[in-house]
Amino acid sequence: MTRTLLTGNAAAAWGARLARAEYVPAFPITPQTEIIEKLGGWIDAGEMDGRMVTLESEHSMITAAGAAAAAGVRVFSATSSQGLLYGMEMIYTVAGWRAPFVLVNVSRGLATPLTLESDHNDVLAARDSGFLQIHCSTCQEVLDSVLIAYRLAEDARVRLPVIVNLDGFYLSFTREPVAIPDPETARRFLPPPDPERAHFRASRPISQAVAVLGGGPYSYFRYEIHRAAQNALSVYGEVADAFAAAFGRSHGLFESYRTDDAEIVFFMMGSFATKAKAAVDCLRADGWSAGLLRPRLLRPYPDAEIAAALAGTRGVAVVDQNLSIGKGGVLYTELASALAARRDASPVLVSFIGGLGGRDIGAEEFFEMAAVTRKAAQEGRAPEPRLLYTATELREMRKLQSIALRERHQIGEIPPARRASARPEREERP
Amino acid sequence: MTETAFRRMNDLPSTHLLGGGTAMCAGCGGLQAIQEVYDVLGKNTVFVNAAGCMTLLSIYPFTPFRGSWLYTAMASAPAGAQGVRDALDILVEKGRIPPEENVQVVVLTGDGAAYGMGVSATSGAIDRNLDFLYICYDNEGYGNTGQQYSEATPHAARTATSSGPRGYPGYKKDLFSIWAAHRPAYVATVIGAEPLDLARKIETAARVRGPRLILALAPCPTGWDFEPRDTIEIGRLAVRTGVWPLKECVDGQVVHTKVRRPRLPVEEYLKRQGRFEHLFAPERKPEILDEIQARVDAYWQRVE
Ligand SMILES: Cc1ncc(C[n+]2csc(CCOP(=O)(O)OP(=O)(O)O)c2C)c(N)n1
Ligand code: SF4
Ligand SMILES: [Mg+2]
Repeated sequence: MTRTLLTGNAAAAWGARLARAEYVPAFPITPQTEIIEKLGGWIDAGEMDGRMVTLESEHSMITAAGAAAAAGVRVFSATSSQGLLYGMEMIYTVAGWRAPFVLVNVSRGLATPLTLESDHNDVLAARDSGFLQIHCSTCQEVLDSVLIAYRLAEDARVRLPVIVNLDGFYLSFTREPVAIPDPETARRFLPPPDPERAHFRASRPISQAVAVLGGGPYSYFRYEIHRAAQNALSVYGEVADAFAAAFGRSHGLFESYRTDDAEIVFFMMGSFATKAKAAVDCLRADGWSAGLLRPRLLRPYPDAEIAAALAGTRGVAVVDQNLSIGKGGVLYTELASALAARRDASPVLVSFIGGLGGRDIGAEEFFEMAAVTRKAAQEGRAPEPRLLYTATELREMRKLQSIALRERHQIGEIPPARRASARPEREERP
Repeated sequence: MTETAFRRMNDLPSTHLLGGGTAMCAGCGGLQAIQEVYDVLGKNTVFVNAAGCMTLLSIYPFTPFRGSWLYTAMASAPAGAQGVRDALDILVEKGRIPPEENVQVVVLTGDGAAYGMGVSATSGAIDRNLDFLYICYDNEGYGNTGQQYSEATPHAARTATSSGPRGYPGYKKDLFSIWAAHRPAYVATVIGAEPLDLARKIETAARVRGPRLILALAPCPTGWDFEPRDTIEIGRLAVRTGVWPLKECVDGQVVHTKVRRPRLPVEEYLKRQGRFEHLFAPERKPEILDEIQARVDAYWQRVE
């Protein structure tokens, strides 16, 4: 099979092209922009039969995407970070419309402070919206997941929008060899949208998204969305099987890497999980029984399947590339709740926060996490959650702070009296 | 202008297409305007709505519309219209629906959305030359949330958030000119109390393609504090005092469609509404009244 070097962004664009997306509402934001530029280029060159419209904001972009999907055309859109949050009102709204379309999110840390680099707080902010979520760790997976996402979204038992997530920079701008499916196979896997789904036509008027009075109808409709999302769990299995049959590549609910007999398992998602894989290989070579479980489908959350996959595992190092401020890691909390229902197989969970704002996770840190987790498993007690942060990083941070402080002295912003007391206090800190 | 089907009052439809029994207040001037608009547009429409009073027209499982409806959010109804319009065009183009299944896309929002939160979405839609009709019913405040002042609130009006002795200190934003500056296909002001003028403008708007925007002053008994039976009277006074100029803009040319001479003093309009009561009692505030009058006079001097 021939493979082409593609960035994660280009892979996402290829997914949309092979899905024959007809309508692309867009708005630029780093690190996503390459996706819409690519699609725009193909449309302008006549290589793709679609219509792209740049809206004036992501709020409008998601509104237009949802409205067009509700009207029955196949819609693709993409965003990142601030854009996803700017459109958040509509993320919830269009999921309630049961408008099936695919939105690629290229993860990027949220302000403040402002950064362009990746972590998962942006996409997790959409966690409870009704959008399904597929998380990718390779460029091939990005392309494949877009196709899978359309089948899942448009399935009559689901009818919900799907976010396909990839990490900014680490995946969006990294070239990997990707097998680009041939259009005919893609067409067979993903037939054109159901013409019966064309709403707002003259002879068949419809009222969409109307108000309800009282909690009764409200609860009913909200729970319907929840049930549709839960249906997506079994539908996903069918779709993934069909995908494997058509293209020879399997993309399960999650990826299990050397977990079968593993005592210690890393639990993390996104591109950094490939680093965990390398660490697992090293650990195995050193005689450790380590593995990796990487969730792909985060919504719906496959509680039972994940719990079953971890049966027999003694310790899980949950590496959260996100931070729920005032609580901790989101994956950790969710995994704990998934395991709580199964008393038989409860490994000790150890929570690590790492990779915020694109901060790398080094091999030695994976080894350290494995050691901490093994100790916790032996003692049957988990230590406090930890932020992955080295002494060197802290020293570098202190240097930046002292430059900032010096600047403020020079412009006279900090009076000498306060300056005197402020300094040692800072230096005393670890 | 081409032939109109609406030469005299008798030409207006005698029964309304819009269903009754909605949740709107008695005497709602916004609903009146929408009824009149709907009679001219007909049922081959999809109304794309933003948060406001009219959102409660469609409450599950009821709707007064014979055509379609899509509620969006407060800021982005024009973007919803973009999505629906583009989708319908694609469906027709690809033969997935026959052309006769096509419908007009109509944005329906209040002033809060039109003058404020939705300005950027509207501006974008006009820039993109979206083929849609925008109906703003302007009740000069955030009505649905209890009539707080909006960017459409007139000077000195009392609102839920301007209850001092001088009322709202700001001035009503000139949205007509802001819209017109975008050079859309058509812009007009209307009022339900002048149904013939309204019907002709909607008729014109329905004939052209591209962005068409209609600003309807919507006397609001609840928010403006007057008796529901006075809605039409107050609407007429808004026109006769010159407070609400009826006009349209085609190709950058503004034409006033109804010019009253002589104009009645603005007081005739103001004193009928509780929201301006503090200008007359406990004592008269001539400087505010004079200022309002002077501004209206200055407007018409520029026009005439
Ligand atoms: C984003 C957002 N902010 C606030 C609201 C609350 N809200 C609902 S209706 C409304 C007033 C809208 O005013 P206007 O557009 O003038 O319509 P009216 O209520 O007067 O009909 C407000 C503030 C909302 N629905 N959405
Ligand atoms: S508050 Fe005013 S605009 Fe709203 S429904 Fe009542 S009368 Fe109509
Ligand atoms: Mg209003």
